[in-house]
Amino acid sequence: MALHFELVTPERLVRSEEVHMVVVPGTDGDFSVLEGHAPFMSTIRDGALSIYRTKDGAAETLPIRGGFAEVNATGLTVLAEQLS
Amino acid sequence: MASLKALKLRRESVKSTQKITKAMKMVAAAKLRRAQEAATNGRPYAERLERVVASLASRLGGGAGVSPLLAGTGKDQVHLLVVATSERGLAGAFNTNIVRAARRRAEDLIAQGKTVKFFLAGKKGRVLRRLYPNAIVADPDLSGIKTVGFGDAKAVADDLLRRYAAGEFDVAELFYAKFVSALVQEPVGQQIIPVSAATVNPQAAAAPVADAVVEYEPSEEEILDELLPRNVTVQVFRAMLENAASEQGSRMNAMENATRNAGDMIKRLSIQYNRARQAAITTELVEIISGAEAL
Repeated sequence: MALHFELVTPERLVRSEEVHMVVVPGTDGDFSVLEGHAPFMSTIRDGALSIYRTKDGAAETLPIRGGFAEVNATGLTVLAEQLS
Repeated sequence: MASLKALKLRRESVKSTQKITKAMKMVAAAKLRRAQEAATNGRPYAERLERVVASLASRLGGGAGVSPLLAGTGKDQVHLLVVATSERGLAGAFNTNIVRAARRRAEDLIAQGKTVKFFLAGKKGRVLRRLYPNAIVADPDLSGIKTVGFGDAKAVADDLLRRYAAGEFDVAELFYAKFVSALVQEPVGQQIIPVSAATVNPQAAAAPVADAVVEYEPSEEEILDELLPRNVTVQVFRAMLENAASEQGSRMNAMENATRNAGDMIKRLSIQYNRARQAAITTELVEIISGAEAL
């Protein structure tokens, strides 16, 4: 039940870990990604990324600016232009 | 033969030069490590973005209404050469090599009857100003940058995109030195606008991202429209990072050589100085002895 999550900025690879769920601020609305999500690609608006490490745990939020998210068989990759 | 004093002064002067070159070498070595790390850290982003752009571009390529960043302006007349150099000299042939590569390309294009313009990112590219006084479109001042940030690259890339949108050029090529190792830096030219098949890594394009049914939000075209300018920025950023690492590597070598040469010179001057000193002593002794014998 783990989702492989990667957060990358132009300067470095910020996160690469197994998490439960991530809520991404998409351009057309927020969406959450769990393990086994269908292949998906979306641009991101400026907002906060919420990372749920465990099912019941509290969310960790990371404010990000610009970029896009890609979900494929290997997991979720968020390419953010900037961490603010 | 030079006087004793002159020789001594000369040796001292070479010694202090050697101290400076040695210090510069060590500073360059320390900076190189950091620059190299930054270049490595920037790779994952560039690679992933490249892969996505490649797969989107191959799906949409050739279609109508595709962004001019992908399809081009339909002309091939005005070429803009973006020459990324360092802000400081004393880095061996680093800047010379980049400028030479850019110049060779420019001469080729001019021979083909194309118009060539230059965009100078970095102070040391300004020798081109003398060669092509009317072809320089911009030379932003980057001297305040200590470590290259994404924002710096974005400023340059935004300027390029604005000029492209205004129709100032049809093709942009980026010249920088690729960091191969601390000893080897390779000047390269790369087309960044429009995105050519050559700049998109063929391996990346072949990656089976497009196989799966991927949902896009918003549409594929819109995503591509947003990604293409970002891709240009990332290419510029990557070039700047590579350049920063190459510059330090090149300077380290140049200073290493300079230190060695100074050492050789000191050795030679010391021998010369000692000989001159001994010759002077011998002459003096001969004078005293012959003076004493004459009595």
